[in-house]
Amino acid sequence: MAEQDLYHRHLISMTDLSSSDIGQIIETAKVMKAISERDVKKTPTLRGRTVINFFTEPSTRTRTSFEIAGKRLSADVINISAAGSSLSKGESLKDMVYNLDAMKPDMLVVRSGFAGVPSMMTEWIECPVVNAGDGRHEHPSQCLLDLMTIQEKKERLEGLKVSIIGDILNSRVAKSNMIAMRKVGMSVTACGPATLLPVNIEKIADKVTSSLDEAVDGADVIMALRVQTERLERIGFPNVREYSKLFGLGLERMKKAKKEALVLHPGPINQGVEISPEVAEGPWSVILDQVTNGVAVRMAILYLLLGGGLQINE
Amino acid sequence: MNDLLIKNGRVIDPANGVDGQFDLLIEKGKISAVKKKISDGSRKIIDAKGKWVAPGLIDIHTHFREPGYEYKETIETGARSAAVGGFTSVACMANTNPVNDCGSVTEFILDKAKSALVNVHPIGAVTRGLKGEALADIGEMAQLGVAALSDDGKCIMNGSVLRAAMEYASMFGLTIMEHADDSAISQNGSLNEGEVSSDLGLTGAPAIAEDVITARDISIAEYCKAPIHFCHVSTAGCVQLIRHAKDRGVRVTAEAAPHHFSITEDACRGYNTNAKMAPPLRTDSDVTAIIEGLSDGAIDCIASDHAPHSLFEKEVEFDNAAFGIVGLETSLGLSMALVHGGHMTPAKLIEAMSYKPAGIIGIDRGTLKPGAVADVTIIDPGLEWTVDPSKFKSKGRNTPFAGRELKGKAIYTIVKGKVVSKC
Repeated sequence: MAEQDLYHRHLISMTDLSSSDIGQIIETAKVMKAISERDVKKTPTLRGRTVINFFTEPSTRTRTSFEIAGKRLSADVINISAAGSSLSKGESLKDMVYNLDAMKPDMLVVRSGFAGVPSMMTEWIECPVVNAGDGRHEHPSQCLLDLMTIQEKKERLEGLKVSIIGDILNSRVAKSNMIAMRKVGMSVTACGPATLLPVNIEKIADKVTSSLDEAVDGADVIMALRVQTERLERIGFPNVREYSKLFGLGLERMKKAKKEALVLHPGPINQGVEISPEVAEGPWSVILDQVTNGVAVRMAILYLLLGGGLQINE
Repeated sequence: MNDLLIKNGRVIDPANGVDGQFDLLIEKGKISAVKKKISDGSRKIIDAKGKWVAPGLIDIHTHFREPGYEYKETIETGARSAAVGGFTSVACMANTNPVNDCGSVTEFILDKAKSALVNVHPIGAVTRGLKGEALADIGEMAQLGVAALSDDGKCIMNGSVLRAAMEYASMFGLTIMEHADDSAISQNGSLNEGEVSSDLGLTGAPAIAEDVITARDISIAEYCKAPIHFCHVSTAGCVQLIRHAKDRGVRVTAEAAPHHFSITEDACRGYNTNAKMAPPLRTDSDVTAIIEGLSDGAIDCIASDHAPHSLFEKEVEFDNAAFGIVGLETSLGLSMALVHGGHMTPAKLIEAMSYKPAGIIGIDRGTLKPGAVADVTIIDPGLEWTVDPSKFKSKGRNTPFAGRELKGKAIYTIVKGKVVSKC
């Protein structure tokens, strides 16, 4: 189908990938990870290819990760930042993308504060587009690195119980993960204040609870989400202290968790709000593995979309 | 002479209870006779066999953008778009720049309207600058002839301002047309809050934002014994509230826009900014409720909310895209689906697109009674056509209906006895 082909030229949403696509990306990422462990961390795979990182929203981790990934594969990586909306500068989004297209890039990696921007760009540019996070919509590469990390540690995905905790309404990470995790056979519990759950949460999660104890109990994987305290205090929850009391992942809570449970966090962390330092740095935490795997997953994405003519959905 | 004889058509004139095959004679810009057989004489003749001959269609909710946003639309292009769509009279909203909140702007619009193809009636603002605070120069605008009052695009959030406006406007026999939206609840949502907004990661405006204002306004209108008209009703909850209010005699009227009974929030998928409007496209059950409302009379009329925008205002992030779609040239075709689908009789549709809207804005149109001004629309109910925005007479191309196949089209639009559009 034409539509399927189009989406597989790009990486926009986890809805577009099958369980076997996800498996292939993770397997490729494992090979890529070995490159990062060598003394000379570079292969000539994408030599002569141009990757534009177009970030219109602040990002340290994701942007650095994509840049390192491109460079380790020998692509020419160009970083562009632009603040705010294209419209505010009097240029339409379409015009802006036409201009980038005229420079003949081989790939466009896009981060935007507005949902839908990477998806719209696919209509206006020849090269593959990778969504590096768009508004409250999705963050597929983050999701894939989460899955890779879980797979690495648990040696499987299917049948695992995961609890996602916090501001699910505004989290593109949670969104991508809920879609993908259910595809690969994990069961997802959504846990957060009722004010920060999307209206259709019952449809996109297997279980919904406002009790953190219930969410932690029996979970194989616990994912804490960043809470944008500056935006949500007063209306999302009364204050940070209360949030942390009800939904903060601290040592006491972790006593109820499985001993071998994994704790993930997409970063950046609000220490002491959604997660305590003891847990973030404790035995359950795989937060830094996530960051390491982020480079590997992004190398795999670049490679599969650009190198060797491989289709993700083979 | 300019006399015109329309022969053999199915004359549908709900105002006078007429629905049958008649000849209709226009002399000196007025309807002079509707009879079984009128002799040809030396008149110009239109053979309307198999066609509907209806009182000119009336759209009480359009945005003609002039003054201030002539790049989107002008009174001239908007009126031409109306003529092609079969409309002989339109009312245009006050959210121009400057806002139509005082006599001089009203005069400017009326002056431009003189040379327009169809009758253009300005609607005055309820509050100065559409700010929802101080009353606009309602009396001055009323004397010049505004058709109604509305802050459309914005809801009058302060209930005491609305109450004062209703009381004051009633002195001039003007109805307030409310854009019901509790902005504190809808929070600038760019589509309906629900499954689609969640999937797309966009802020949605829930149906309750429209429902609570509708409930509030009905209470105020009931208390003040003043009329209130609800623009573009989009939720099942509102249809129910309005139906109940009518049952107990509140002076409430309402309109529905064709897009709200033709498509749902699903049209926004793929970040289609041409499906972004306020109020937003809702769900299947809302569509069903609106169609029921139109067929049982809870909703009085159909109005397009014709809202032209330039391409560059739509080819942007969904959140930043302008609200609204053009509607004058697709309104009848989309509404005809209600007849073809058995939801409305032809007479009921014509009532909702001519007689009823005339009554709401208080103009002496919407009738084919001998002596009336000869505003007539001839409709081919079976004509199949495909929506092609590049052919629109409007400056706007922003429609979610591009490529849609419709059945039914105006083939003659006649204003004051003169053919202003034919196809």
